[in-house]
Amino acid sequence: MAKTVRILVAKPGLDGHDRGAKYIARALKDAGYEVIYTGIRQTPESIVVTAIQEDVDFVGLSLLSGAHNELFPKVVELLREKDASDIIVFGGGVIPTEDIPFLKEKGIEAVFTQGTPIKEITDFIEKRLEK
Amino acid sequence: MSEYKTINEKKADWEESTLKKVLDRFPEQQEEFVTGSGHPVERLYLPSGISEEEYIKKIGFPGEYPYTRGVQPTMYRGRFWTMRQYAGFGTAEESNQRYKYLLEQGQTGLSIAFDLPTQIGYDSDDSMSEGEVGKVGVAIDSLKDMEILFEGIPLDKVSTSMTINAPAAVLLAMYIAVAEKQGVARDKLRGTIQNDILKEYIARGTYIFPPAPSMRLINNIFEFCSKEVPKWNTISISGYHIREAGSTAVQEIAFTIADGIEYVRNAIGVGLDVDSFAGRLSFFFNAHNDLLEEVAKYRAARRIWARVMKEKFNAKKEKSMMMRFHTQTGGSTLTAQQPDNNIVRVAIQTLSATLGGTQSLHTNSRDEALALPSQESVMIALRTQQIVANESGVISTIDPLAGSYYIEAITDRIASEAWDYIEKIETMGGMVKAIEKGYVQKEIQDSAYRYQRDVEDGNRIVVGVNKFTVEEEPPKGLLKVDPSLRTVQVEKLARVKGERNNVAVTASLKALKKGAESEDENLMPLILDAVKKYATLGEISGILREVFGEFQESIVL
Repeated sequence: MAKTVRILVAKPGLDGHDRGAKYIARALKDAGYEVIYTGIRQTPESIVVTAIQEDVDFVGLSLLSGAHNELFPKVVELLREKDASDIIVFGGGVIPTEDIPFLKEKGIEAVFTQGTPIKEITDFIEKRLEK
Repeated sequence: MSEYKTINEKKADWEESTLKKVLDRFPEQQEEFVTGSGHPVERLYLPSGISEEEYIKKIGFPGEYPYTRGVQPTMYRGRFWTMRQYAGFGTAEESNQRYKYLLEQGQTGLSIAFDLPTQIGYDSDDSMSEGEVGKVGVAIDSLKDMEILFEGIPLDKVSTSMTINAPAAVLLAMYIAVAEKQGVARDKLRGTIQNDILKEYIARGTYIFPPAPSMRLINNIFEFCSKEVPKWNTISISGYHIREAGSTAVQEIAFTIADGIEYVRNAIGVGLDVDSFAGRLSFFFNAHNDLLEEVAKYRAARRIWARVMKEKFNAKKEKSMMMRFHTQTGGSTLTAQQPDNNIVRVAIQTLSATLGGTQSLHTNSRDEALALPSQESVMIALRTQQIVANESGVISTIDPLAGSYYIEAITDRIASEAWDYIEKIETMGGMVKAIEKGYVQKEIQDSAYRYQRDVEDGNRIVVGVNKFTVEEEPPKGLLKVDPSLRTVQVEKLARVKGERNNVAVTASLKALKKGAESEDENLMPLILDAVKKYATLGEISGILREVFGEFQESIVL
């Protein structure tokens, strides 16, 4: 049997809007993945520690406050520093389209904005696993 | 006389003949119709046969118990609702400019949005503040920022609402201190602090301290304001964020009222007389797209609160039983796709709030699913309210939808379902217990999950999202907060710390710590003293963190 795919859904920054993160966490669980949800107000450092401890394959970051350009890249950077760059990072929330190229350049492999069907996210995960 | 049939007999005939003929040939679009909150809706509502006695008991007259028809005897015939746009971003200087613009455009009250570090009691130079300074609201570190924020705005002429919860006492103290500098006495100040910590634990997330010391701070504010700032609304018990988190309309009012019950019980528990503070409690609700369900929701909420205050808490003053509320249109109903469609959604929601008898209203801007609103978008949102107020005619008569068979039926249904929730929470030992168990959070999450599944499965249509979609260019002209703002703010903070009397600051913080450690001292005067010495929000919150500890979220999925 193939190894179960583990995903950490995390909320960096101070933003308390967790409706989307909780929905994604639950929907991914329903789709058959093992999902860990951090709760709100996590620092990039604590997210990276959890990701490594929990031995996850993916980290999904959710942020609605506008601090994504600062905090998303920080998570990728810290994963690299800890030799955990094999963990794939994606993100979502209120992210203006014009910020997406910057985030991708910084190593956030996919950005899902509001109204994205869950299928797009599971497709991304499956495709990424094939690589 | 023999021809006379009851309505129900007539209905049966109609179903058998007229209706059946059509249904056989043209089935309806859906098997079941549901409200925005997912509650089944019947094809047709009929007179309920309410007696005069029941009418007077349940519906009554505006400005009289149980306030189903509204809290004022003349409602908008006397005065429109307060048009109050929530705003704030970047530095105090920038926000001050936006407030002056809004006041020039005919807005009648201010509503201050603070950035997240301010809301969680961190200064801009704190490492926790990284990336968040000035993003979702204005950054306030010390009294200095607050002085700039209200520069040139006379505080005896405007009413100001502040969305601040965990550190509400600190921001209120700063407001009082700015007013003093302007020469405005405390009893002239009008406005609201949100100060509703319970819904922070449930849905919004800007908590700092655990429930017990948080409730103490709230009681301290109730007591202080009843004596010193009598026109101030000391709390805005908020269903708005509960709804944004995905609750139904019923859950929104049920959990809000259950929060209200907890606050009142706590305040009475420390010896406050219910009528000394209850008249200053205010509420805050959401306005979603299902216009009729929303109108019924507001009517039901007023009726329940009046009953709670009269029967459960033996309030005597009429004001103590009146549910006065602010409304904001539903942020979560806005779509990033085809953002101009949001103007229409907001217009419908404006109608629901005003047909539902709101006391004040914030209308969201079309671009808020994308970023903070641009000035042009804010103008359209404000104009939407002005059009409804001045052109639509809904203001001319009070509670105009009353007596609609449907509206009265769902008002009763919502009231009864909300009441069941309230009793269930009371059985658990009140809202703090229900939150600690994760019960309320779970109920909301389940509703949110059901809703989103319905959207994904196409059972619920969201125009531009899962139907009527188009390829779009990314929107232009979005408001961007300058990322270098944190540096500016940190420099300003360093200057304040350099210029103030640091010996006096230390002394005032020490006194505050001592006060916090003694359980029965009212902390408001001590906080006020610290604020006037230019102790920062982070320093004051930090001292209280030391004494009170911090709340830990219980995660339920």
